[in-house]
Amino acid sequence: MLLTDDQKMLQETAAGFLSEEGSIARQLRHWRGTDCSDGFGHALWKQFAELGLTGICIPESQSGMGLGATEAALVLEEIGRNLTPSPFLTTAAVAARAIEGTQHAERWFPGILTGDAVLALAIDEGPRHAPEQTALEAKRQGNGFLLNGRKQFVVQGDSADMIVTAARTSGDAGTSDGITLFAVPRGVAEVENVTLADSSRAARLTFDNVALDADCVVGEIDAGWAPLARALDAGRAGAAAELVGVAAGASAMTFDYLRQRKQFGKLIGEFQALQHRAAHLYGEIEIARAAALKAAQLIDSGDERAELFVSVAKAKAADVASLAVREGVQLHGGIGMTDEHDIGLFMKREAVLSEMFGDVYFHRNRVAEYCGY
Amino acid sequence: MTDLDAFRSETRTWLEANCPAEMRVPIRSEADLCWGGRNWAFQSDAQKSWLEVMATRGWTVPDWPEAYGGGGLTPEQAIVLKEEMQRIGARSPLTSFGISMLGPALLKFGTEEQKKQYLPQIARGEIRWCQGYSEPGAGSDLAGLQTKAEDKDDHWLVNGQKVWTSYADKADWIFCLARTSSESKQGGISFLLFDMETPGVSTKPILLISGSSPFCETFFDDVKVPKDQVVGEVNKGWDVAKYLLGHEREMISGMGLGGGGSLGAAVEPSDPLLRAEIAAFDVDSLAFQAMSERFSAMWKAGEAHPASPSMMKYSGTELNKRRNELVMAAGGSGALEWDSERSKGGKAARDWLRSKGNSIEGGTSEIQLNIVAKHILRLPGA
Repeated sequence: MLLTDDQKMLQETAAGFLSEEGSIARQLRHWRGTDCSDGFGHALWKQFAELGLTGICIPESQSGMGLGATEAALVLEEIGRNLTPSPFLTTAAVAARAIEGTQHAERWFPGILTGDAVLALAIDEGPRHAPEQTALEAKRQGNGFLLNGRKQFVVQGDSADMIVTAARTSGDAGTSDGITLFAVPRGVAEVENVTLADSSRAARLTFDNVALDADCVVGEIDAGWAPLARALDAGRAGAAAELVGVAAGASAMTFDYLRQRKQFGKLIGEFQALQHRAAHLYGEIEIARAAALKAAQLIDSGDERAELFVSVAKAKAADVASLAVREGVQLHGGIGMTDEHDIGLFMKREAVLSEMFGDVYFHRNRVAEYCGY
Repeated sequence: MTDLDAFRSETRTWLEANCPAEMRVPIRSEADLCWGGRNWAFQSDAQKSWLEVMATRGWTVPDWPEAYGGGGLTPEQAIVLKEEMQRIGARSPLTSFGISMLGPALLKFGTEEQKKQYLPQIARGEIRWCQGYSEPGAGSDLAGLQTKAEDKDDHWLVNGQKVWTSYADKADWIFCLARTSSESKQGGISFLLFDMETPGVSTKPILLISGSSPFCETFFDDVKVPKDQVVGEVNKGWDVAKYLLGHEREMISGMGLGGGGSLGAAVEPSDPLLRAEIAAFDVDSLAFQAMSERFSAMWKAGEAHPASPSMMKYSGTELNKRRNELVMAAGGSGALEWDSERSKGGKAARDWLRSKGNSIEGGTSEIQLNIVAKHILRLPGA
């Protein structure tokens, strides 16, 4: 469970890069105040590419770094700490994995490696994550497919050059068999670009008789569940790591405040009632970090318990990040309620990440099912 | 094959040949633990021979130096041994406060003579130790202890009372904090070792709400302790005490693992609301399991904050209390039975009540949070 020297070096590089170039002042504050469709900066995405980070999970044989979920998690924790808006999670940590080993990899990896391409994922069709419920219909037509249905919470869907989309080619909603993944190019589905609470963008897509060639299929027809489940677990482990970063960033800001703010002629950090809340939060963040790290390591080693620990990590990290931002706003007092102060931005990001790839309740239930009760 | 693979393969073969079948059955209760000591009655021949073969190899304390009865294993080898023992479900050959608490303190603060005298006895399970820390007036405020050790030139004369001394009535020796100076609170404490058969030592078990008596009151009435039985410098026993507490807290935090499995799988809750609570618990418990693995790797590699056992102790014990609450809820009225055979002598209820002490013994949860606030978060005035 210790990091290797290479991993520690990567962590340092990411921490330096993101606290500098990806800081709240330079990125999130800038883009939330700018009228644009992306909600993130392409120039920063190019800088990710220059460091090799966009290709972190792309195999070395295809010019990537050939690293795994663990390394992606280290970068994502720093992204979370700085609330850096970027396509790293969906494009580099998830979509790149979803198309690995298919002909789509050759098409998209070069663009991802240079920081020119942005990929997205279209999974959810209702307000809650339920991938087996995929109902977006893909009916065979001639040499291809005709797609009808809707998707929502497609993070950066309006910015994406290609959207990995889960559709149903057979079977009924609720079953995992009969799901097929499609590489949907930009501009074929109708896009409603939505701004979320944290100023990030997520699209709602409408497929109204959208015709796709058969070569848009990613992997095997009707057998998209296994690669989808793998991609989702990479996303869940990644979101867990980013949530740990959000929790760490919010708590660091809060602990600093306890060391500076005076009331009743004392630093408020001297009050034991607040010290105990801070100490409890510290411990919880350490535990969430260990869970996120373990999930990523189990993914990388191909361990059969990866699925269990991914859900443990996502549920725990969301619980703890929620605690961190709630304590953060409360302990900051009135200033914590202002838009001017950064602590509230952590609360908004936490809410979005907690929902992404399944919320706390989804993952607690998955843990229970995995354990057989 | 790497050296470590070779070690794993040798270890596996050796364990297969030497671990008795009876010692591969999971322990059913505390009564199955082997504590060793002068008066220990082995539960079975298997328990006796398992301790003997492991002690001969130094594997009761695999990472202690061979010179002191240890196995001299590297941290990596020690992990392999642990994994291979888990693989066949091998019980720990010896449970002892000598191993988990006193040993590490002696290795760090003891003289060469002390190490040679005490450590091999601990490794072989010949001497059972108890811990004399808390006093009636010194619980959370441990450094306020009043048990006195007077310098009588050729010996220390110890007078006073300890409380919450775990298994004092069964222990052979005690490691004990005593006041050797009244000039300074923390700077007037010394760390003494002495035989519980020394004249003037007496013990009285305390009956707990769980119906068991794992703790005693311990009385010292003109107890003469030889001068060379002080660990570390005189009046600097607080450093030894704190170091040992770190190890004690690390050990206690292990109870957060609660046997390692899923609680929901064990109790199969039928009520949907209880199932939801248990699922939330299982998430916390499995996350803590990951933390425990990570902490233990970091602790051994020297990457953990010195105060981090406090965080582990706090989280682990709070988790164990919650586990017991949920076991009671899942068991319904069946879990309330106190001595029926059906309830294994009221195991659920007794464990539940005993678990309430977890966040008190070894330093209360509130004290652990104080330590984290002060030493890790560096909050003002903490």
